[in-house]
Amino acid sequence: MSVAATTPRFKDNVHDALHDQRLQGALPHARNFISRRADAVARLPEFDALRDSARAIKDHTLAHLDLYLEAYERKVAEAGGHVHYARDSAEAIAVILGICKAHDAKVVTKGKSMISEEIGLNAALESEGIAAVETDLGEYVIQLRGEAPSHIIAPAIHVTRDDIEADFRRVHRDLAADRDLSRPEQLLSEARAILRDRFLAADVGLTGANFLVAETGTSIIVTNEGNGDLTQTLPKVHVVLASIEKLTPTLNDVAQILRVLARSATGQDMSVYTTLSTGPRRVGDPDGPEEYHVVLLDNGRSATLGGPFDEMLRCIRCGACMNHCPVYHAVGGHAYGWVYPGPMGAVLTPLLIGVAEGGHLPNASTFCGRCEAVCPMRIPLPNLMRTWREREFERRLTPPLTRAALRLWAFFAKRPALYRLAVEPAMRGLALIGRRRGRFAWLPFGGGWTRGRDFPAPQGATFQSRWRARSGATQ
Amino acid sequence: MSESQAAKTQLRVGLFVTCLVDLFRPSVGFAAVKLLEDAGCKVIVPPQTCCGQPAFNSGDRADAQAIARRNIETFAGCDYVVAPSGSCAGMLVKHYPDLFADEPDMAIKATAFSAKCYELVSFLVDKLGVTSVAASYAGVVAYHDSCSGLRELGVRDQPRKLLASVEGLRLVELDEADVCCGFGGTFAVKYGELSDAIVARKSDKIAATDADTLLAGDLGCLMNMAGKLQRQGRAVKVRHVAEVLAGMTDAPAIGEPVESAAK
Repeated sequence: MSVAATTPRFKDNVHDALHDQRLQGALPHARNFISRRADAVARLPEFDALRDSARAIKDHTLAHLDLYLEAYERKVAEAGGHVHYARDSAEAIAVILGICKAHDAKVVTKGKSMISEEIGLNAALESEGIAAVETDLGEYVIQLRGEAPSHIIAPAIHVTRDDIEADFRRVHRDLAADRDLSRPEQLLSEARAILRDRFLAADVGLTGANFLVAETGTSIIVTNEGNGDLTQTLPKVHVVLASIEKLTPTLNDVAQILRVLARSATGQDMSVYTTLSTGPRRVGDPDGPEEYHVVLLDNGRSATLGGPFDEMLRCIRCGACMNHCPVYHAVGGHAYGWVYPGPMGAVLTPLLIGVAEGGHLPNASTFCGRCEAVCPMRIPLPNLMRTWREREFERRLTPPLTRAALRLWAFFAKRPALYRLAVEPAMRGLALIGRRRGRFAWLPFGGGWTRGRDFPAPQGATFQSRWRARSGATQ
Repeated sequence: MSESQAAKTQLRVGLFVTCLVDLFRPSVGFAAVKLLEDAGCKVIVPPQTCCGQPAFNSGDRADAQAIARRNIETFAGCDYVVAPSGSCAGMLVKHYPDLFADEPDMAIKATAFSAKCYELVSFLVDKLGVTSVAASYAGVVAYHDSCSGLRELGVRDQPRKLLASVEGLRLVELDEADVCCGFGGTFAVKYGELSDAIVARKSDKIAATDADTLLAGDLGCLMNMAGKLQRQGRAVKVRHVAEVLAGMTDAPAIGEPVESAAK
């Protein structure tokens, strides 16, 4: 683990997020994705059939991942590129630093890459005196702010336009102080002008990959800003940083998954740019890098194959789950405390940093099921979160009080006669106390509920005792 | 058809009353009984506790299995098992078979059991072909789609269809009716602050309608929403949909005092 997680302090993070007025003002933007996705899906009658197809493609790939990795590696080599396997973050960083040093790199431009967040690449580059420049607009903004992405496809969704203007005025000091930055387009063109110089100055360009194609040795990025193309085409060296589950057998398979990706993510039929890279510049090519490297990160993924969480490896990082999550909507992405937020993060984070550290996340779900309902890869996210809860229960990581209460309740729930003896007087007593108001403003051990809500009083005798009385104990 | 033949063909429906209805709101159970009996069913209520969901969702698989085993046994003599809750019915229908994935013999039993389990309103409409109810309710109603019923069992149109037949009732659109209320079982207590933030938004959406009554098909969600509405001093009555469909709205709404006691 390269990036320190605040996930163990999830409840504090939640409290802070709920009381952060600026954040609460920005968060409603995440809901804009909902209707856009719904509209895009409604325009494509075969969307659900495509989801089935996408799932089948990924399941097949993962079942034969060793073969596809070898085939991919061969094709990359044939195209003149280099594949580097990295077991963990440290190995991936070492490979990338090695490439940078071999070219005496001073500036690395970066397309958007969540894997680079996962391994903590920027900090590693900076510590070696290499400037890492994020070129995706959202990533650029949060880099200026010294923050991490709060969403996997909209990294600066927690930031308002006003915040960005203030950040630009703070950082872009050599520009006229009285310049007009009131409109979003003005912010965009200022960022574009500044990044243009960085693109040209970069020694190494690093991108992620949405797909790695075994058939051709191609890496594919899907973007909306064109920054990825400039990142990978202009410098002498292009480094692709991707995790192993990005493998896809053929271009035809990619074409099918692409049909669900942008629709699920932003509600676009296709992202603006879908860029394919195969090896370095060939003789006669007008542009392109002189060297092409692919760093394939495992970081625990191969150990996930064939286990209870392997369906998570189908994830194509569209963000639909968090876009539809009531928990994400309430607190935003930073509260999750590590790289991946939302329902996908709730399953993935314990896999990558351990359930002892990441254990809050799979518990902090109402199991409303909306994430699974919109997941283009049909990942059963609530079920996988529940499996984490089972792991925690088995390993006695469940909080002791919760565990004790659960065992006590289960003891009675398994014994109906005893249960009757226990609940009947309890409910009658509670009903008597609550009769005047009909509800309770406070209950012992119920503070989590009653701090913000009343708790309704019961009606008195239980249904089952009334039923027996009504039917003359004939049943 | 003679009476004895009618008795023979009468469906034996086991009421899975759910622990929350059993303990907190028996009137929902009696409303469910009335709806089922009006539709021609013979209702039986074997001694029972809970579907096991609190254990299942807390990672306590062994206790969930033990409770599931008992329920499968308990309702063995029923043609159908019906629960006035999408969440508990979802547990019986969708998760009981999963619980025994590693025990082939039990998995077969659990799968057969799950095939006869239904959520109340969808059972009336989809299985029994009920198209209307003989009830009246003078009120403007907003309906919240509880998550498990909606997404695990496809309960959406059925309650609206029957509510449309209730005399005097006007159903209004609730924005984000399909968004979670933040209850989530033990989540509501374990992550109380988060749960409260989610239900606060739901409460605002309910208040933004001109409804005087909020209905849903799950008592857990209803208690959560009623608790928030009441803490905020909002005068929306909250009831289980079965109470209105059965025309049994004499009991005070959820969280409201018994009149004689309040005076």
